[in-house]
Amino acid sequence: MNKIKGAIIGLGKMGLSHAAIVGAHPDVEMVAVCDTSLLVQGAFKKFSKVNVYNDYLEMIEKEPLDFVLIATPTRFHYPMVKYALEKGLHVFCEKPFSLNIHEGNELVSLAKNKNLVNQIGYHNQFIGTFRELKRLHQTGVIGELVHFTGEAYGPVVTKEKGSTWRSKPEEGGGCLYDYASHVLNLVQEIIGRPVKVIGSQLKSIYSKGVEDAVYGTLILENGLSGLLSVNWSDETYRKMSTLITVQGKNGKIICDATEIKIYLKEGSKKEGLEKGWTIKYITDFAIPVNFYLRGEEYSAQIDYFVDCIKSKNESDYNTFEQGLYTDKVIEMIIADYKQQ
Amino acid sequence: MDKVIFGDNQFFAVNHASDDKARAQSIRFKEDAAIINVIDQAIDTGINTFMCTTHDRIGNVCDHMRTNPSRYKDFNIYPCMPYAHKYANAVTELGIIETIKKFVPGNLFGSFAKGGYALINKDFIGLMELLIDAEMKMFKGIKTPVIFIQNILVDMILGLKMYEVFKEYDTYIRKKYNAEPGYITMNLPILLDSLNSIGIENPIICSSINKIGFRMSGGIEIYEKYLNEKQLRPIAMQVLAAGALRPKEAIEYLGKFTRLESVLFGASSKEHIQETKKLIEQNL
Repeated sequence: MNKIKGAIIGLGKMGLSHAAIVGAHPDVEMVAVCDTSLLVQGAFKKFSKVNVYNDYLEMIEKEPLDFVLIATPTRFHYPMVKYALEKGLHVFCEKPFSLNIHEGNELVSLAKNKNLVNQIGYHNQFIGTFRELKRLHQTGVIGELVHFTGEAYGPVVTKEKGSTWRSKPEEGGGCLYDYASHVLNLVQEIIGRPVKVIGSQLKSIYSKGVEDAVYGTLILENGLSGLLSVNWSDETYRKMSTLITVQGKNGKIICDATEIKIYLKEGSKKEGLEKGWTIKYITDFAIPVNFYLRGEEYSAQIDYFVDCIKSKNESDYNTFEQGLYTDKVIEMIIADYKQQ
Repeated sequence: MDKVIFGDNQFFAVNHASDDKARAQSIRFKEDAAIINVIDQAIDTGINTFMCTTHDRIGNVCDHMRTNPSRYKDFNIYPCMPYAHKYANAVTELGIIETIKKFVPGNLFGSFAKGGYALINKDFIGLMELLIDAEMKMFKGIKTPVIFIQNILVDMILGLKMYEVFKEYDTYIRKKYNAEPGYITMNLPILLDSLNSIGIENPIICSSINKIGFRMSGGIEIYEKYLNEKQLRPIAMQVLAAGALRPKEAIEYLGKFTRLESVLFGASSKEHIQETKKLIEQNL
């Protein structure tokens, strides 16, 4: 079988990481990259064999591509994704998806009409422990849910300085779009879609112009409510740490990227879980990958995207539609905060 | 290389199985003295090699070693650079150019001619050399016979197929530091093939090697094949598979690879250090 031809647009931290993973994929030929930084362009021209572009329009015109992976600042997602879809390319786009729900809707429809594989980079969906949490939740082992919390903490902005696109709210900078989006997406896919938010707080700690922490209450379709607590200015964490807790009538589950802790009032024979605490580790759940960079999940999501292209299957994980729903909840939080 | 190499993850809240345990470790090793104390215990059990990231706090440990030369005269450090989070967080906060400016010593666009020249002329190798020198500064006066690049960077270069960078690194480490270059990776088979393809033979490669195939990308079979059949100087890390294996069975498994030169492990108590060291010496 011929290799699938792909290109990367945007070579920041995520773009470089994706480029390495795509580059190492045995079924993919990474034929081109695109970035406006002369320094980055220079490095690829000097050390790699891929074609290097300054302009994505020119790249898409000239290169015989099957897909593009877009990892630019969020405000560029809409025009780039739209152009790629119109040209018939499958698209993997970094999170968050869009800054504008109307534009996001348009892209969801376009991908659907063109029957193209579309995926958003919410990589937590490819972490084995969160997959196990979803599975356990669906079995109903902890009984009827009464509450949940979604949390993420990390040391991104720990000083009062710095000015990149991440410090501009209109460009999707800030903790809400960057950090909290991961938690909202996990809650939405594992527990259920929030339909209302109340008591939202966006707090600036060190940043000027954008929030460094997001707190609030999420209310799901079935009426279940839970708390959101996210702070990217917390240097007590070495790196981003994302935590989902679900509390049910028969126990609770606490899950992060490395372990899943299950407490049951009544044990479950079917699940092989005893009464009381059971702790399981990522070693039991990690999705096997052929190439590893920063975490299995980053490769696993690309493997999945490539598999969907190869098999022409519709994707179940991280579709544009799911990414757009996360954007909608983000908008609800902003609207709720502004209203107060 | 020594059979037993002592690692530093436990000092810096790195725990691949549990964020809770990681936090407990960060509390335990809040003071540099606590780190030095455990290193001293390792030395007292006969361990003479410490493999560590270029974390700022390792600089403090090195200061201590320099002020007590007789205590540490037989002690080797294998630095592993860069401490990636330092750069990753800076890139998010400042962007790429500002990050380079922050970490390259001197004023890049002013008096420090080499750095300014390197950046303006896209002299990437010159920049790499400056960053290596910046990272190596903390080890001045300490024996560093092997110098590693961290897996995040090795695997990034590997995936991008920028193999020439490995060649330049290899040359610079040998020339400037009179040391052996080492590579940490999560992708041993692909890395070895790539290094061989640019003429780097018999490299020192540190990678996950454990009985359950944890973080052994591509699967345990191909790792075993490479360890048995290929020319390399392997160091095993993550041998306990983030705690999924008991030390005895974990290290007995390593015994079947006759070319395995060393095992890297971290521990926080004297008993654990002694036990693991003994197992390694019995099996390797």
